[in-house]
Amino acid sequence: MLEKALSGSRRYWGWVFFLLAVIGAGVIAYLFQYQYGLTITGLSRDVSWGFYIAQFTFLVGVAASAVMLVIPYYLHNYKKFGRIVILGEFLAISAVIMCVLFIFVDLGQPTRVMNVMLHPTPNSVMFWDMIVLIGYLTLNLVIGWTTLGAERKEVAPPAWVKPLIYLSIPWAASIHTVTAFLYAGLPGRHLWLTAIMAARFLSSAFAAGPALLILLALIVRKTSKFDPGKEALQSLAKIVTYAMTINVFFFLLEVFTAFYSNIPGHMHPLKYLFLGLEGHSRLVPWMWSATILAFVGLALLIYPGTRRNESILPIALISVFVSAWIDKGMGLVIGGFVPNPFERVVEYTPTLPELMISLGVYAIGFLVLTVLYKVAIAVKEETEGVEIPH
Amino acid sequence: MYNAGKILIGLAIFFGLATFPFFYNMGKAVAKPDPKLDTPEIMKLAKQDRKCVEPKEFMRAEHMQLLNNWRDSVVRDNVRVYVNSEGKKFDMSLQNTCMRCHSNKKKFCDECHNYMAVKPYCWDCHIAPKEKES
Amino acid sequence: MSINRRQFLKIAGISTILGIGGTAVVNGLRKGDLEASQMEPNPEGLTAKRWGFVVDMSKFKSEADVKRVIASCHDIHNVPDFGNPKDEVKWIWKDDYEHVFPGQENEYATEEMKGKPFMVFCNHCAYPACVRVCPTKATFKRKDGIVMMDMHRCIGCRFCMAACPFGARSFNFRDPRGTDANGQPFIKHLDPEFPTRTKGVVEKCTGCYERLAKGKMPACVEASNGGIVFGDLEDPNSEVRKLIGKNYTIRRRPELGTQPSIYYIIGGNENA
Repeated sequence: MLEKALSGSRRYWGWVFFLLAVIGAGVIAYLFQYQYGLTITGLSRDVSWGFYIAQFTFLVGVAASAVMLVIPYYLHNYKKFGRIVILGEFLAISAVIMCVLFIFVDLGQPTRVMNVMLHPTPNSVMFWDMIVLIGYLTLNLVIGWTTLGAERKEVAPPAWVKPLIYLSIPWAASIHTVTAFLYAGLPGRHLWLTAIMAARFLSSAFAAGPALLILLALIVRKTSKFDPGKEALQSLAKIVTYAMTINVFFFLLEVFTAFYSNIPGHMHPLKYLFLGLEGHSRLVPWMWSATILAFVGLALLIYPGTRRNESILPIALISVFVSAWIDKGMGLVIGGFVPNPFERVVEYTPTLPELMISLGVYAIGFLVLTVLYKVAIAVKEETEGVEIPH
Repeated sequence: MYNAGKILIGLAIFFGLATFPFFYNMGKAVAKPDPKLDTPEIMKLAKQDRKCVEPKEFMRAEHMQLLNNWRDSVVRDNVRVYVNSEGKKFDMSLQNTCMRCHSNKKKFCDECHNYMAVKPYCWDCHIAPKEKES
Repeated sequence: MSINRRQFLKIAGISTILGIGGTAVVNGLRKGDLEASQMEPNPEGLTAKRWGFVVDMSKFKSEADVKRVIASCHDIHNVPDFGNPKDEVKWIWKDDYEHVFPGQENEYATEEMKGKPFMVFCNHCAYPACVRVCPTKATFKRKDGIVMMDMHRCIGCRFCMAACPFGARSFNFRDPRGTDANGQPFIKHLDPEFPTRTKGVVEKCTGCYERLAKGKMPACVEASNGGIVFGDLEDPNSEVRKLIGKNYTIRRRPELGTQPSIYYIIGGNENA
């Protein structure tokens, strides 16, 4: 089926070569980092994880969100999602690949990465994260490719895929739960040491992931003959609405606990993020932008008139997505390190090479996504109008 | 054959790339490695004491495993005395035992490692002795 | 090489059973001989059930006391000085009361207390969070309580730095063997007996494991004139236990349950 990605319009090839150029720039920046070490990033001994790990965390959520299509379609037989469930699975594949790459570029000794398998350490959450991510990638590759292949031949997918699909549902929850455990089990990092971390991760993932998916589906509809279906997208938008509401609610729970209890350690990171601490306030504008975007997005989504309007819906979805990205892709990781264990504030800003490497990783993800979507859509266009059982 | 021209050009390019290393190195004789054991530290020793921790043949074939075992034993198990097959005891230390005698890293280590194109990362951290040759 | 007698007997037994005895057994024997050569701990090495430190603040009177102790460690361990806080690597350093014991600060404390230079280094916790999270066992706990680093194995993921609630760990953001803009090496005095580190690995105080193995006290202990005392916390007759029994001591963030092994005698005036 992959050959379908080799023929396309000028616009398709223009996009592919643009991505390749961004990847090239990222690779050059990475070689620079490989040579000189992580000193070229904004990281320090006080803020020892930054943009890379934050992107990894955010993208695990995007990957997990495929389950928001799988559950209604396969468990509740919601047929409308049949047309787009493959888009969710392929988005998951590209997101997991980006996750793995973000971990890789964050390593100080990337050539030793296999030590994680050579010396398996079950007491490390990182070890389990590797297992669940590799497993999830494999599951989605196998499921996506097999079901699409069957669809192309206009037959029902083989029976052995079904158990794998059911397995992928708890597995999706597990990748984001385990990723939350990376943070939530560490003593002495107050922002992270919270029992609802995994729940917050999942709710924010199920808001941001499907939001991105709807936006992608709208792009697909514009650039191809394949129509994902208005009703399917509206149902997804409702999922985004519920998930984002829960996400904001969970966050407010954290704010209440920290500030009503008045425990300094719990208040400091939140104060740093939203008000600034000891004169350091680099993230304050970002966090308030995220807050405003969250409420704008929610308002537009909750009111049915604006949600159903397909020219306003993208604005709402972009608001939700950017809000979740700022919250997880910047605030969460950096806020966990500020203040440091000595209650001192050391700030962090990603550097240009760091951002170039990150863009390169995103470009690789989008290239994978483009190729996979091209294949999927070509198949969909061929089989347009054929009803296939699942 | 469709597109015969393109295929042939492609094949020629592939053949060129795949065999490039052979052509590139053709006719260049690489000197056989000749590790030297004649450092002042070794020459100072009485003839019968000029012995490594294990026999030469063993060291030649197994020094990497030996060093790996020494490393794990010292760093991870805090066991740092090596008793060799003759009952002699040594402090297991690359820097402070091996290189005390072999104070000629270039002629002793690099000579073969370069020839074999292996790049052990020992010296990223361990400090090589000041080069001494006889 | 790495077979012991038991494994050797297994190999010999299995190969005999399989009737391929001959060479396999001979090879096994040869290797077995070398293993008979065995490895053993250094007989002079200091041993304990759980090493711990007592820092007696009354012994740190001047800036010189602090500097001497820091230098004693950083010089022999080839700790680089990058000259900026972002890339900083440190094994032992000082900080003030308010920042060493956050959560126990006292806004009405005496100026003398506020200004005291508290020596901080790895706590060699009994239940270290860094060891729990390391995905490769590059950092691990030895039987004698020292929390050790295997720099050969560290992949530089920095999970341990996020986990350590004491900020004891440093990462080699750049090559410690390098030089600064003026061509000055980051490691001023290279100690030829100890390795440096390479870029991309995490490092910290290793309890002078290399000195303990030779029967010597940790360098900071030796240089501190009694300011840092080292001994077996599990031995009621050890000097550290006697000090802890006689004086009021505190530890950093004991509420986190890692059981730090550094006890501070705050001293102060007569109510020590």
